This record gives sequence, C-alpha cells and structure tokens, in this order.
Amino acid sequence: MSTQQAAAFNRDQAIRIEQQITLQYRFAAGRHATRFFTALRDEGKILATRDAEGNVMVPPRPVCGLSGLPMTEWVEVGPDGVLAGCTIVYVPFIDPMTGVQRPVPYGFGLVRFTGADTSIYHLLDATEPEQIGVGKRVEAVFKPREERTGSLADIKHFRMVD
Amino acid sequence: MTPVRSAIVATGQSDHGRRFDASMGELAREAIDRCLGSRGLTFDDIDAVVAGNMEMFEGIYLVDQYLVGALGALGKPLYKMNTGGTVGASTALACYHLVASGRHKRVLGVGFQKQTEGSAQSAITTVGDPVWERAVMAGAIGNFATMASTYIAESGVTPEQAAKVAVKARRNACLNPHAHLKLPNITVEEVLESEMLAYPIHRLDFCPSSDGACAIVMAAESIAADHAEHPAWVHAVATSHDQQYMGDSPKRLAVMRSLQAATKKAYKLAGVTDPRHDFDVAELYEPASYAELAWYENVGFCPMGDGGKLIDEGATLIDGDIPVNPSGGVLSTNPVGATAMIRVAEAADQVMGEAGEHQIPGVRRALATGYGGNAWSDVMILSRELPATPEVSA
Repeated sequence: MSTQQAAAFNRDQAIRIEQQITLQYRFAAGRHATRFFTALRDEGKILATRDAEGNVMVPPRPVCGLSGLPMTEWVEVGPDGVLAGCTIVYVPFIDPMTGVQRPVPYGFGLVRFTGADTSIYHLLDATEPEQIGVGKRVEAVFKPREERTGSLADIKHFRMVD
Repeated sequence: MTPVRSAIVATGQSDHGRRFDASMGELAREAIDRCLGSRGLTFDDIDAVVAGNMEMFEGIYLVDQYLVGALGALGKPLYKMNTGGTVGASTALACYHLVASGRHKRVLGVGFQKQTEGSAQSAITTVGDPVWERAVMAGAIGNFATMASTYIAESGVTPEQAAKVAVKARRNACLNPHAHLKLPNITVEEVLESEMLAYPIHRLDFCPSSDGACAIVMAAESIAADHAEHPAWVHAVATSHDQQYMGDSPKRLAVMRSLQAATKKAYKLAGVTDPRHDFDVAELYEPASYAELAWYENVGFCPMGDGGKLIDEGATLIDGDIPVNPSGGVLSTNPVGATAMIRVAEAADQVMGEAGEHQIPGVRRALATGYGGNAWSDVMILSRELPATPEVSA
C-alpha cells in the first residue's frame, strides 16, 4: 500500500466543478405593499403609513420600528423629495431582475419623499451626473400607465429638479 | 443564575485568498487544526460547535450537515448561524452564551466562506428585501457608495483621508501571514487613481472577495487557564439592530445607530469611559475605507465628524495611540462568513500577546466589532484581566 502526502498536491491542477442553479420565486408582496403598488400603478401616487406619534414611513409597514406603535393611517407623500445619499455606479453589475448587466454608468440613491421620515433606494437619471448630490431635490419619473405592472420599477427613475 | 466568566483561549485562521486548492470543509479544517493544534487540544475536548456561514455565496444550504466531519461535530450539538456580515461575530457571541450559561465548558466556533465559488454581488442581492429593494440594488458597492456620500456630506471627510485608511490596511496586511491583499508599496495616489467602482468608492477603497476560515475556542473560567497563559476574557458582548429597510436609518454610516447603541451597552458593562484611552487596539469591521472613518466616530474614538482628522494624525496606525486593524482588516481580507470572527480572533490574539509581527505591545483591552445586513452591529470587548463581574452580556 502506498501513501501520498498532502504536500504532493499541485494547486495549479486543482479541479473545480461547475454548476448552474436556477431558482424561481414568487413573493407575496403582502397587504401593505399591494396597496402601495396598486396606488402607484393605477394613480401614480406614493403612499406611506403613519403612527400616532407622527412617524411617516415608506415602505409602508404594519408597525413603526421606532415607536413600536401600529401604523394604521395611510398618507400620500412625494412624488418629489430629497437625496439622502447618492452614487454613480461604474462597475458592471448583474441586474437580479433580468439576469443581464445593467448599462453603466447609472445613478443610484436614497430618496426621501417629501412628507416621509425614511428613504427608499432607486435609480437616478444620470444624464447630468454633476447635478447629482446629497441634499438635492428630485422627483419621480413614472413609466407610462400602460407599462406599469405594480412594482417599484413603475417608477422609471428620479430626475433632478432644478 | 450567575453567568460563567468565559474567555477565548485559542484561535486559528486559514490562509485567506483565492483557495481553489481547498474545498469548504478543508478550508474550515485548516483553521480548526491551527486553532486546536496551537494548544494541543483535540475534538475530544470540545463539547459543542457553532458554525457561521452565508449560504448564498456557495449555494450550499445545510453546511452544518455537509461539514459535520470537517467541524468535528459528530455526536455533538452543532449550531448553525447566519446573520449576514456579522455572522462571524454572532458565532463568537453564541459560543460565549453557550459557555456563560454553564451548559458547556469548551465550545468551538468556526466561520468560513468560499466567495470565489459563486457570484458575490449577486449573493449580496439576496440580502435585500425581494419586494422593495432587489429591483434597484447595486450590490454591496452601490450600497456603501451611497452611505459614503451621506457621510461625506455630513462630516466633510475627504477622498485622501479615506485613501489613507486603504493604504494603512494593505501595509498592515504585509505583517499578517493569513491576509489576502498585501500591497507593501501602495500609496494614497494609487488608491485615488484606481478604478472608480461607484462614486466615491475606488477599487482600492473596497474589500476583496476572499476564501477563508477562522476558528476560536471559548472556555469556562474553571479551565481557561489550563489552555492559555493569558486567556482573552470576555468583558462585554452586545448586539443591536436598526429598522429593516436600507433607507430607514436617516444617516446610515455617518450616524450608525446600531453601533452606537451596541458600544454604549458594551462600554457600560466593561467600565469603558474613554474609548480612545481605555482600548489598546481595535479590530473594526470596515468593508470600505470610508466605513472605518465613520466607525472611529461611532465607537467614540473621536468626536462625531472628526474621523478624517484621526487618520490624518496617524492615531490609528499600527504605531499610533489607538491602532485600528493591525491585521489589515476587512479591506485586506473578506471571506464574509469568517470576517467578523477574524475581528474577534485578532482582538483575542492581541490580548493573549500572540499576534506575531502585528502585535501591539502591552495590550490589556481590545475592541472587536461586526457589521452586517442593513445596519446591524455586534460588539465584543476582550481583556487580559478576569472580569470583576460575570454580568457582561447586553
């Protein structure tokens, strides 16, 4: 019987096994998101939830994480707002919604809708990248009604407001 | 019930990097063998095992089953942790709780990740809320870039100050035999001239994607001194969450609510009143250069807004008054399931006086942090002294 020492292992000849796993999911958006996306799709409105202390949050949710109180009231916010954070993305990145690379560069940021206390991530119109900055005013650019499906992508992107 | 005082008595790390030569189990075993071997321990000495890993990077769901042999867990309790970027620190905290509860005397914690086996940025996308965030995510880089923009607006920190952190990390890594990215001649100019990934993050402002594993042994007071001359006693553990969505925290990074809350609790437990003075070294979880500057402020090493000033003064360099990440940090090595445990293990090594070439002389007390998910923070404080009170958990 012969024995082989681990030292004899040649790293350059290490074998790698390739696999591709495709998994498909269908997520229930839930009552709050369904109400939000329905209003977005059908009326071009941005809805938020409010609690008794006056905290206004997007995405809408059943309970405020800060106060612990139920968020039972619905209010309209936006569709304009302020950039709480922003970037121009240059590195190629696979879009998980399509499986293909999103064209770069593109703008990306945190938008705080007027009237809301929280922000959401979304794409920014980057045709004039020097106009993009923290604290700048933006507004939602909606897709045409017939192209809306009831998702956050019904907002095409946010454009800078002069 | 009074908790059992507990200490880290052994650590071990794999060689981190692109490890096409090793399977996940072999990589974990490399760290475990070094950890147990450093003290002459065997699997017979281990009562329970806690394993930390983020499944989506390799697409292997039941790693605890798949690695039961590699982890030496046959016939023992084996607990699996996944708390995102914090997982390695959460695993160490779980080891602490298992020993402090009196249930076990010696618990092995192992964090591991093989990031080269999948698509790291796509895996990170699965961290995002499927309904609200995935459609517009830009991976960890876009997320950090956005946070950094807020931090810049808030503090006035400059790209040069961030680049100094990037330089410090890769130079310190040259002293660490386990580190992945070692760049002895890196300069601030080189960082600023490296490819822009997402403004303001250059390629050299960001962490690499590594394969690696890290292991620790947590031991009860009754036996800790049998295994280490200077055990690294746990003086505080704390975890804190923020709200669930990425945009919920108003100035995330600049004002890291969960890190402030976790350090506040931990400092109270450990009697830390002046963090810059009371700690001899810190291992902070900094996936991006800007994050480290923000963490300086949020853990209280300097006033809010002065993170850039601290690096300008050289205070956090390996020979500064509060060295941060002498190991090279996350900016030099990021096998995510292991990364936060590496912070804990490096802090323990510093306290035990066993950090090798990057040892800071005379360390009595060290801070380790984990960052992950949306805005979640873990904190562990380790000391050379036996804690005065066994109540160290928040």
